[in-house]
Amino acid sequence: MQSSSPRKRKPFPTHIIVFLAPAVLVYSIFMIFPLLNSLRLSFLSNETGTFVGLQNYLTLLTNDLWADRFWGAFKNNLVFFAVNMLVQNPVALFLAALLSRRTLRWSSKYRTLIFVPTVLSVVIIGFIWQLILSPLWGIAEGFMNFFGIGDLFQPWLGLESTALVTISLISVWQFIGIPLMLFYAALISIPEELIEAAYVDGATAWPVFWRVKFPLILPTVGIVTILTFVGNFNAFDLIYTIKGALAGPNFATDIMGTLFFRTFFGQQLQLGNAAMGSTVAAMMLLIILAGVLLYLVGWQRRISTYEL
Amino acid sequence: MSFAQIRYRMSESVFPHMALLAYTAVALFPILLIIINSFKTRKAIFRAPLALPNAETFSLEGYLTVWERAGFPIYFRNSLVVTLASIFFILLFGAMAAYALSEYDFRGNTLMGLYLALGIMIPIRLGTVGILRLVASMGLVNNLLALILVYIAQGLPLTIFVLQSFMRQVPREMKEAARVDGASEYRIFGLVLPLVRPAVATVAVFVMIPIWNDLWFPLILAPGESTKTVTLGAQQFLGQFVSDWNAVLSSLTLAMIPVLILYIIFSRQLIRGITSGAIK
Repeated sequence: MQSSSPRKRKPFPTHIIVFLAPAVLVYSIFMIFPLLNSLRLSFLSNETGTFVGLQNYLTLLTNDLWADRFWGAFKNNLVFFAVNMLVQNPVALFLAALLSRRTLRWSSKYRTLIFVPTVLSVVIIGFIWQLILSPLWGIAEGFMNFFGIGDLFQPWLGLESTALVTISLISVWQFIGIPLMLFYAALISIPEELIEAAYVDGATAWPVFWRVKFPLILPTVGIVTILTFVGNFNAFDLIYTIKGALAGPNFATDIMGTLFFRTFFGQQLQLGNAAMGSTVAAMMLLIILAGVLLYLVGWQRRISTYEL
Repeated sequence: MSFAQIRYRMSESVFPHMALLAYTAVALFPILLIIINSFKTRKAIFRAPLALPNAETFSLEGYLTVWERAGFPIYFRNSLVVTLASIFFILLFGAMAAYALSEYDFRGNTLMGLYLALGIMIPIRLGTVGILRLVASMGLVNNLLALILVYIAQGLPLTIFVLQSFMRQVPREMKEAARVDGASEYRIFGLVLPLVRPAVATVAVFVMIPIWNDLWFPLILAPGESTKTVTLGAQQFLGQFVSDWNAVLSSLTLAMIPVLILYIIFSRQLIRGITSGAIK
């Protein structure tokens, strides 16, 4: 904070209000107020608008018509998150480790190219993979034939057992650029002397990575984890593009985002329900806040950060 | 060369390049495949999907269908209006607020900073029911203004957070000297802004991509034919024309090209932005 000076003694000079007002107004009116209003709606009856306490939450979590969909979407969302954590982030870390070698040539070219899918719209990505995995076009099958495993080809996006994992992998393919860049930035900020000292002591690349570099980038591992978590529990576009709002086959790819959309907007035979939609959104908020809290308390406080 | 030396060379340079080239191919192949095939006849798309178009297989029929059937010029205009207007106001309002927070030690400064930072972690989508009600009560459904206002609110938290830390680094002496010369606080803001230009450029690219690519809010707030954005237009056009492969491939290519061009121009800012934000 700055030291005090005479001009700051006035409680609220006009110029501070002028500087803050536009941002605070737009942000409060179009983000905070609707969020609070949604929370309020989740405690009201959809039909009469009267206060019903936690009734909507009870319905969502226990009523036969709702609970199956809610817990199904929640479980699918966990799978979606697990695939991202187990595939996207380790592969990103591996590629970042290669890219951050100081002797590597063309590092910035690789980074630029690998990041391309991340800047494209999820809609485009969804359709591209739908075409590639389509049995009609046969590109994927042709490739597998080339490697002699053509018999293993299946319409993965259409099967109840494989659709969710396939979509998760498409999401991994698209967004791997972000953790890759974060890991890369953390790795190149490690001072060269530290690494050289380890090599002088006779260590080889593998132990140097795990014993020296990895502990130093643990804070980034935490940030990547929480970003993945928030992003995954807020996802919608990819599944809506590939599978529509019904998230088929038989809700096998239904996640919180598609459930939220269907609930409050309505779909085919189901009428839109603002109160239940708000309730689903409030549950998503709770899940995301729980994740963020767990990160702040359980992770960020415990790991030791090193001043570099 | 001894065996050990060969092994060293392999692990130092050959293996990383092999792995990185392989992954680069995985990242780019699907995109190139779509672009290449969008310029071929329907027969050629199916018979030889991996071949480049030649004199015999070259065709623009997909592009003609897209041109005739879909309102892509309107969609492009809408996306441009929404994205540019949002970016402009995000940067202006964001810079002003970031300046107030970093420069003045007023009461409630920290609290205000925290309040404005809430939106970094809480996705604005969760307030959609409230946003739709608000927009409907203002009579702004199917109006690009609704999208612009929502995107400004969405982009502000991160912008303020990032610009704040950059504005703190501007030397105090310069501002104090200007004050001694009798410059107003607004004038001093005008002097500080050019000094953080690189950060502003980075933030601009950074908040622009999610706005251009967003499907959720156009779908809910502005699904009308005259207010569709490119992302929503492409999504619905593709849904209708699933069986017309030429049209699907060409519209995908058309939707990708502007973003790819922008990315080629701004990739350095974007990547620098992500990496500099991460070190903090």
